[in-house]
Amino acid sequence: MNYQKLFEPKTLAVIGVSMSNDSHPANVVFNKNRLRYPVKTFAVNPKGGSFHRSEIFVRVSDIPEKIDLAVIAVRADLVPGVLTECIEAGAGGAVVISGGFAESGRKDLQDRMAAIAREADFPFVGPNCLGIYSPDHVDTFFLPSERMVYPRVGNIALVSQSGGVLVDQMINLADEGVGVSVAVSVGNKALIDEVALLGYLSADPKTEVIAFYLEGFQKNGGRDFVSAARQCGKPIIALKSGRSPEGGRAVSSHTASLAGDYEVFSEVLSQYGVVEARSQFELVSFCESLSCYEKPIQGKIGIITGSGGHGALAVDLCAAHDLSVPRISEKVQVEIREGLSGGARPIAALGNPMDLTGSAVDDDFVAAAECLSRTDEVDCILLLVLPYSPGTTSDLGARLSRVYLREGKPMVAYVPHVDKYRMLIEGFELNRIPVSPAIEGAVLMADAMRRCQPC
Amino acid sequence: MLSQEILDILSRSKEWGWVLEPDAKRLLSLAGMDVPEFIWADRLDEAVEFAERIGYPVVAKVVSPQVVHKTEEGGVVVGIENKISLAEAFHRLSGIKGFRGVLVEESVSGVEMIVGSKIDYQFGPVILFGIGGTGVEIYKDTTIRMAPIEPKDVMSMLKSLKAHRLLEGYRGAEPISLEQLTRNLAAFSSLIMDLGDGVTSIDLNPVFCSPSRCVVGDARIMLP
Repeated sequence: MNYQKLFEPKTLAVIGVSMSNDSHPANVVFNKNRLRYPVKTFAVNPKGGSFHRSEIFVRVSDIPEKIDLAVIAVRADLVPGVLTECIEAGAGGAVVISGGFAESGRKDLQDRMAAIAREADFPFVGPNCLGIYSPDHVDTFFLPSERMVYPRVGNIALVSQSGGVLVDQMINLADEGVGVSVAVSVGNKALIDEVALLGYLSADPKTEVIAFYLEGFQKNGGRDFVSAARQCGKPIIALKSGRSPEGGRAVSSHTASLAGDYEVFSEVLSQYGVVEARSQFELVSFCESLSCYEKPIQGKIGIITGSGGHGALAVDLCAAHDLSVPRISEKVQVEIREGLSGGARPIAALGNPMDLTGSAVDDDFVAAAECLSRTDEVDCILLLVLPYSPGTTSDLGARLSRVYLREGKPMVAYVPHVDKYRMLIEGFELNRIPVSPAIEGAVLMADAMRRCQPC
Repeated sequence: MLSQEILDILSRSKEWGWVLEPDAKRLLSLAGMDVPEFIWADRLDEAVEFAERIGYPVVAKVVSPQVVHKTEEGGVVVGIENKISLAEAFHRLSGIKGFRGVLVEESVSGVEMIVGSKIDYQFGPVILFGIGGTGVEIYKDTTIRMAPIEPKDVMSMLKSLKAHRLLEGYRGAEPISLEQLTRNLAAFSSLIMDLGDGVTSIDLNPVFCSPSRCVVGDARIMLP
């Protein structure tokens, strides 16, 4: 099946546009695409008429142009018929927004749709979903644009079973300045599921990282998913809900008792190199890190900090995430100390964490980062930057980024996220150094690189 | 491919919903796994003849379709050192409900591990491996992989156990045989892939892992 027209349509039919209800999902989708996207958008409703001075076509086949993508937002029982009309009109694919299928006891209706589409080799997303946000191409989310928070265009594909969680994730990524290549809410996934999208996204040149929110797979669907993940070659992150054990279930064996649904999910994903996020916060941190760095690390962390307390907290967090913080050799310490300014040189503690102290200036951070970049005693540098420290300027982010660009050793940073530190943060982020608003987030970024081992 | 003998064992076990231990051990042995040398004896003289041939000490266990949990029913006697003890054990075991003979086998030792499998709804056949014995659900030091596994998975499974140092030669002990472990786990992996939905779950607990062998001490194969 060819998904190209789903994600990059030139023409869009929105089926179910209402003359009486201006906030009908179809009207929202019609409006936002007509006003904000290059896609040519047409309204369809069997009653005909006009909407916002545009003609409403009675049938898809009445539209004078061939339709690439049809958004279907009609009553559930009408959907199979509409789907057939789209296929007969030669449409390229569909997003079925409508609910009222398997989630409310009408699996038969859903199976009928899937059978119709399969027969005609016709791709559709849904039903019961928000559909597709493809930056600069199309947005089938029935959420008014002014309510949405759009992340910048980037290299992360988001795929979610839940529309709500997807929108949340977009907000979180936007907040962290992380960009998205495409976002798909798969809903009941009657036809196109996670495995199918994994196939498409692994070949999509705009996508470098794929992040999933999963609720559950069909029978053996997990097996298909990890097999596809192994073929994919791009970092894959998964957040799963429903992790608590099912209570009171009688089990017949030790194995059944010890290998519950979630334990199996978690360990098998890791067996196949998929990075499991255990919370939305982890998901954002992992996305941010893996969108910058593709190469796995062993997890030997060099910590550079302006405060001893931050260093100590970071060491604890590293230990909790199976990252090591090796003691730096005397030789490297001497080298670093020689490069420090007069204020920091006599008092800095360089064993790791490297506490450059409150007397440190930008040059000290740069000197320490350069030396750590050149030793193989560590394979990732964790920067704890405190912009309120008097010797730290807002140039530090950009200056440390240049060390990375020169030396190539991955860096992750913690900087408190308040508006007045924005320029420092952007100095990192615009040069593709991931920055977290929490020490734990920065540690998670390093953890993501350790856990994302290709099989 | 499952041999005809394995299929026969499975089909005759359907009646009870699980495979009697001597049948289970025969099945595992046919699949290439290491099991203790054993006999399924109906009569005492068979048991004695076997024990004297392989040498004492031996273990005796009741075989009964009505007894899944043998230890709880007093159905296991270990460390039998001579003919008299074996006769006593045989006599006692023959009084247990549903008695269908006695499994007599060589005594084996080693670190007690568990090797298990189940059919997961989302992922199909999966393998569980970890610290076994009666405390298996207390220690919960186990790890899971989707089958089939590759030899490199065995190392990562070992490393992911909290107690992995115990297996790698802790405090001067000789490490367990990685080669034997890998060989047995590979055989187990192929077996459960071949069995597919034909079984619901398998517990091999304990599997005695030592520097020379990994031997299945007890086996419970549950059928759908």
